[in-house]
Amino acid sequence: MNVTLELNGETREVEVTPWKRLLDVLREDLRLTGTKEGCGEGECGACTVILDGEAVNSCLVAIGQCHGRQLTTVEGLAHGEVLHAVQRALVACGGAQCGICTPGIAMCASHVVDRGLLAGADDVTARAKVRELLAGNICRCTGYQLIVDAIIVAAREVTR
Amino acid sequence: MERPSATGLAVGLAPVGASVPRVDGFAKVTGRALYLDDLDAPGAWHGATVRSTIAHGVLEAIDLDPAFDWSQVVVATAADITGNNFANFIRLIEDDQVALVPIGGRVMHVDEAIALVSAPTRQLAFIAAKHVKPRIKALPAVFDIESALAANQKLFGADNIFKQFLIRKGHVSDAELEAVFAGAARVIEGTYQTSPQEQMYIETQAMMARWDGEVCRIVGSMQCPYYVHKAMKAFLDCDADEVVISQSVTGGGFGGKEEYPSMLAAHVAVLAKKTGRAVKMVYDRDEDIAATTKRHPCRTHHRLAVDASGEILAIDADVVMDGGAYLTLSPVVLSRGVLHAAGPYRSPVVRIRGRVVATNHPPHGAFRGFGAPQTTFAYERQIQKLALALGEDALAIRKRLAVRAGDTTATGQLLGISVGTDEVIGAIEQVAGKPPVRDGHGPSGAPVRRGRGVVFYFHGAGFTGAGEQRLAGRAAVAVTADGGFEVRSSSTDIGQGAITMFSQIAAGALGVDPAAIVVVDPSTAQVPDSGPTVASRTCMVVGGVVEKAALAVRAKLEAWAAAHDVRGSIGEVARAYAVKHGELVEIVAYEPPPGIAWDDSTYTGAAYPVFGWAACLVDVEVDLDTYEVAITRCVQAIDVGKAINPSIVKGQIEGGTLQALGWAVLENVVYKDGKVANANMTNCIVPTFADAPDLETILIEVPYPYGPSGAKGVGEIPMDGPAAAVANAVEDALGCAFDELPISPEVVAASKPRWRKS
Repeated sequence: MNVTLELNGETREVEVTPWKRLLDVLREDLRLTGTKEGCGEGECGACTVILDGEAVNSCLVAIGQCHGRQLTTVEGLAHGEVLHAVQRALVACGGAQCGICTPGIAMCASHVVDRGLLAGADDVTARAKVRELLAGNICRCTGYQLIVDAIIVAAREVTR
Repeated sequence: MERPSATGLAVGLAPVGASVPRVDGFAKVTGRALYLDDLDAPGAWHGATVRSTIAHGVLEAIDLDPAFDWSQVVVATAADITGNNFANFIRLIEDDQVALVPIGGRVMHVDEAIALVSAPTRQLAFIAAKHVKPRIKALPAVFDIESALAANQKLFGADNIFKQFLIRKGHVSDAELEAVFAGAARVIEGTYQTSPQEQMYIETQAMMARWDGEVCRIVGSMQCPYYVHKAMKAFLDCDADEVVISQSVTGGGFGGKEEYPSMLAAHVAVLAKKTGRAVKMVYDRDEDIAATTKRHPCRTHHRLAVDASGEILAIDADVVMDGGAYLTLSPVVLSRGVLHAAGPYRSPVVRIRGRVVATNHPPHGAFRGFGAPQTTFAYERQIQKLALALGEDALAIRKRLAVRAGDTTATGQLLGISVGTDEVIGAIEQVAGKPPVRDGHGPSGAPVRRGRGVVFYFHGAGFTGAGEQRLAGRAAVAVTADGGFEVRSSSTDIGQGAITMFSQIAAGALGVDPAAIVVVDPSTAQVPDSGPTVASRTCMVVGGVVEKAALAVRAKLEAWAAAHDVRGSIGEVARAYAVKHGELVEIVAYEPPPGIAWDDSTYTGAAYPVFGWAACLVDVEVDLDTYEVAITRCVQAIDVGKAINPSIVKGQIEGGTLQALGWAVLENVVYKDGKVANANMTNCIVPTFADAPDLETILIEVPYPYGPSGAKGVGEIPMDGPAAAVANAVEDALGCAFDELPISPEVVAASKPRWRKS
């Protein structure tokens, strides 16, 4: 099947079997290895991408479902060398350790921040919201504290 | 001019002690960091492993499904392993674990490797593996500690005991010990069980090999390149320079990538040889959970004898761990377990017995804490029971009984320097505030009971006993031919921030910006053996060596500059030196601090050069409808000597803390007939963002004069204490004891008849 999609702002075409996982098409056919596999069953969120404005696990999406849709991966999150606010905050706050979950967390968090899902919330509410909204992304290194800190910092920066 | 600072460090600020952003942060947040499976390897084939489906037996044959198309697949078995007497064994402590079970050989556990397949695609390799059918004649299997000790079925030696220890302090015979217990005003006694735990690094085990003529080049996800190197030298029966081991960016380890990567390295090397291609092996999550090492399940029987005034007269602990099917690292895990089993409490008389037994479970192995979390759970439950029996405040009793400088440990080690007892307990006292109100309603409106638990604990930093002295880990600091600075060490960054920390230590010693330091990728072709990345030793031991090497480079450069009348910053001097003389390398080996004496035959003396100290407070809320234990507050106060990078140290502590909280209430590995029954992330759960409370971390710095700028180990200590703090808090909430982990909703539900009447 010939699949056309808008990937990180560019139109891309791939010739693949329609049931191939989006994750594998990204990593193998398109050689975009920033999207990671942690579990292959939608538990860990390391493979999170943004599909038509929604954060999805690319291990659970067949490429055939992506025809004609808009896709953003971690490779499209920064503008060249200029990081997204979430990426900047993750570095500044120490929110990345081994880094294998980080692209997925950056994608999900960028979705939360860019959509203004924390707008207007006080600190306690915002932290609780982050914990709920990112519950599909597992990090085994940080205990989450510094990632939550980073997302709050990024949300403040974007709101300002 | 120095290179402009990429670290954002203000000019003139000392690099040591600053929360410099991690060196690899940019690459990681952009997805540009290359883990093993991301490496471009054109033409590489993929490997998969055929595993045993039964726990114990004799391998009679390996059949290939005649209906399957084998033309695109290469199959390897033990018959393809050629070499000397050590061939087919994974060299570690006893060389007892095979890489592949040979025909006629004994299968010792479910998911043991029997054969390997390789194919052009990963999918084909995994499908082909399912068409390789081992024929195994089953033998009776052993799955629990009692059956192992009964030794009706012999798995190891005559008694199934891989290793045992006996520590005695203040007495010479069991009769003498029993006399102390007989004369005690009060005896506190209990049995404590902890469950196996999966490391659950998010990057699964991954390795790639290719043969370059006679040289085997292996790259992969690992903690200890020189462990893999040592194993592969024996496995391939080759010289040191005929096998090169390099670490790729590693997505977490926590101990799980200490010994097991040697197994993958052996497997990919065999396949690469047979296919004549590069071969890559990346485990599926289910395979990784099922086949690789986990934390040892442990049962500890613990007795405390106290006098009429509440002073401890004697401590007696009997520790038994399930080592699984092969010896692997079990003796050293047990060693650390028993050395921590008396806890950081004063006692004139101590007996610790420890045994680790063989079963037909997959081998248990290294996991952050390395035996100490298991025994810490036991002794901190015991101290809590003593507090309840005496009606004494939980923090006050710990403060009263804790060791301080001038006291001795169970092995008779006289504590002198860097003992942070009062500082960590004091820090918790300061922030504790009022305990939660016992009865109430949770966020969902359900009735809840709340409680608070505290613990005080310690963790020996670095290798046990004479380990560091024997190892004499080396590291180098160099001025390169182009005038830059390099740190060369085999310590790996597995997410804990080693390369950032090394760059700060070297920069501090050299007097340059951390951005001017390059920490080279650990490959056995280009770094000396600094020892493994384990045992909370990377900063304290290897960091100390890096500091010395950097100071030596600086001294040489300054002497050269003075002799040749070269002026300028140390960076300018280095460039001038390099133009004239090329590279300048200072290699330094670790030397233990003075006065460290350990007797391995009696298990007495200085077990560790120094200890980290910690206190932890946990508040819980038990949902009386769902029986879930929610951790609503967790404070850790940890004495780290000196935080080289406070943000990274905080991250280490919080990560370890949440692993401990997870172990306490929701993590478990369930075996059924020797097979992991929950080998996937859906059922083998770890805490999510939503399960974790906001973590409060208090860094205490009681300097260790022999560590770099006073630093001592931090990686493991946060894992040891919180599980007992949770159990103490749940006991406080419900009024009954919880002596087994995990404290799952099922366990809480079953405890209902024992709850305190409200």
